[in-house]
Amino acid sequence: MNPPVATPFFFYFLAATMIIGGILVITRKNAIHSAMALITALLAQAALYLMLYAPFVAGVQIILYAGGIMVLFLFVIMLINLERNMKERQFNKQWLVGGAAALALGGLFVSVYVKTTGGKELFPEGHVTYGEGQNTQQIASLLFDRSAGQYMFAFEIASLLLLVAIIGAVVMAKKRI
Amino acid sequence: MNELMDYIQKYLSSDQTPGGAGNIFWATVYILLVFGGLSVAVIAMNWLERKILAHMQVRLGPMRVGPHGLLQPIADAIKLLLKEDIIPAEADKVIFWIAPFIVVLAAFTVFVVVPFGPTHAITDMNIGILFMLGVSSLSVLGIVTAGWASNSHYPLIGALRSSAQMVSYEVAMGLAVVSAIMMTSLETGTGTLSMIGIVRAQEAQGIWFVFKFFPLGLIAFGMFAIAMVAETNRAPFDLPEAESELTAGFHTEYSGFRWSLFFLAEYSAMIAVSSIAVTLWLGGWLRPFPSVHGPSIAIPHIWPPADPSAPTGALDFVFALCPGISFLLLGAMCFYNVQRMPKHPLFRVQTMGLAGFGAVLALIGLIMFVPAVRDRVEDIFWFSAKVAGFMYLYIWYRGTFPRYRFDQLMKVGWKVLLPTGLALLICTAVWAMHVEVWYAVVVPLWQWLVSLL
Repeated sequence: MNPPVATPFFFYFLAATMIIGGILVITRKNAIHSAMALITALLAQAALYLMLYAPFVAGVQIILYAGGIMVLFLFVIMLINLERNMKERQFNKQWLVGGAAALALGGLFVSVYVKTTGGKELFPEGHVTYGEGQNTQQIASLLFDRSAGQYMFAFEIASLLLLVAIIGAVVMAKKRI
Repeated sequence: MNELMDYIQKYLSSDQTPGGAGNIFWATVYILLVFGGLSVAVIAMNWLERKILAHMQVRLGPMRVGPHGLLQPIADAIKLLLKEDIIPAEADKVIFWIAPFIVVLAAFTVFVVVPFGPTHAITDMNIGILFMLGVSSLSVLGIVTAGWASNSHYPLIGALRSSAQMVSYEVAMGLAVVSAIMMTSLETGTGTLSMIGIVRAQEAQGIWFVFKFFPLGLIAFGMFAIAMVAETNRAPFDLPEAESELTAGFHTEYSGFRWSLFFLAEYSAMIAVSSIAVTLWLGGWLRPFPSVHGPSIAIPHIWPPADPSAPTGALDFVFALCPGISFLLLGAMCFYNVQRMPKHPLFRVQTMGLAGFGAVLALIGLIMFVPAVRDRVEDIFWFSAKVAGFMYLYIWYRGTFPRYRFDQLMKVGWKVLLPTGLALLICTAVWAMHVEVWYAVVVPLWQWLVSLL
């Protein structure tokens, strides 16, 4: 039997990486540094998906977010002038509102957590362990299976929406097509 | 001592990868083996590339350091390590420092799932091929940041150029890969993304995926073969480092050790994408004609296969001898050149070195004839031989093709490979699901189109 991957050590490690990465994203003045911190956080998130026995989601997370979208982010950041950003003030004076919102959200998380687990155990045992080997196939049958598939329409519509957005972007950016 | 032998024996006859068995110690051993093997392969590639290119251009290539320049890569490595390591004054030091490591990490991490054999992989992942594509796409980040952190115009433009190229060709690469993955779902019903599973599917269907659905598999393979050259920034798509025309691209400001990291990453990325191509289309560790065993023959008693249940066809036996014979041939080549070395006393050390090298190669060849070794390294041998074929192709391209212009490169990527890939995907799906539709609609349509011309 394989030793479980989902040990508290890995969880704390990844969660700490994500939180530190998230904090760095907003505190760095240089936009490129922020983007690098964001990539770190996204990779840690992919690892968290792995811990949840969802390797397919983790792989897609790496390809799409870390490998695809963040490259475009970096592209755009490189083309703008960073000198001006460095001189501007980074935070505005809405920390009171922001703090209240953060507290409310944190309170919500804690209350949900306490309600579902009874506040006893951080890592409740005895839950269903999913067959890691079947994750990709399960997603595929959820999406495309004739009998069990129920999300195919939503999936296709979402891809159509993305196509419309791409065409719209091209039409708006190009003066003459 | 006996217990230790038993312990090792248990893992040598295991039918699982170390990752699958959850054994951290053996996984570490495998990781070190793969890392060492890769480093040796990169060193060998460095020497071979210069030698083969030189012979293509009717030159001798490196001849000074060691016999036939065999020690040249080591001399180069020492030179690179001793060189002054320059960081531009206005550079972003942290990112300048991190960027080469991102590229190297991305290039080496993918080897976690490369299947050198049914049990000879560090681990087998359910998302194997997705993992390989994903992690190797991270190397773009390293290139972009390297160009930006140098804080200089040539690297920045070079980084934009090479990342645009890599992002574009990733699309074509992905489409080709998907069409191969579709083929794994035939006969068994469920497809797989696992690298070992893909080779197993080819074994079960009795055909390499290049030849599957005759033109379709070949077209997908061809698309991948083009896209992977662009993806690894090699000639004829080596615009990122076209030093003769465009300065050196993203690594213009890098020197010494950091530059050698980019070099290392480029070569191991080449090996990585070649192993994807070998795994998906060329049957991975399977020997040529895996389902043909030939007439059954009685193998001499002194030479029984280690696994008694293994098929005992004549072809099986002949192919099992290939690894040993090829190493013996390499050894023989060394001895032939020993005899051709100049007889001057100054060359005595070199001649002895070459003879020693030949002796080591011949010894490895002899060891590979031992049945217990033979049965366990045969898969690694075939996998490496196929990858080596791709490495030769890379050198061959570099020696023969002129460099593409950037707009031509983009045109090939977006206007040729992408539509071909989409059409290929639909055709593969149609053929796999409804062969009769293929013969009733697509073939007549194609014939009509051809008749129009």
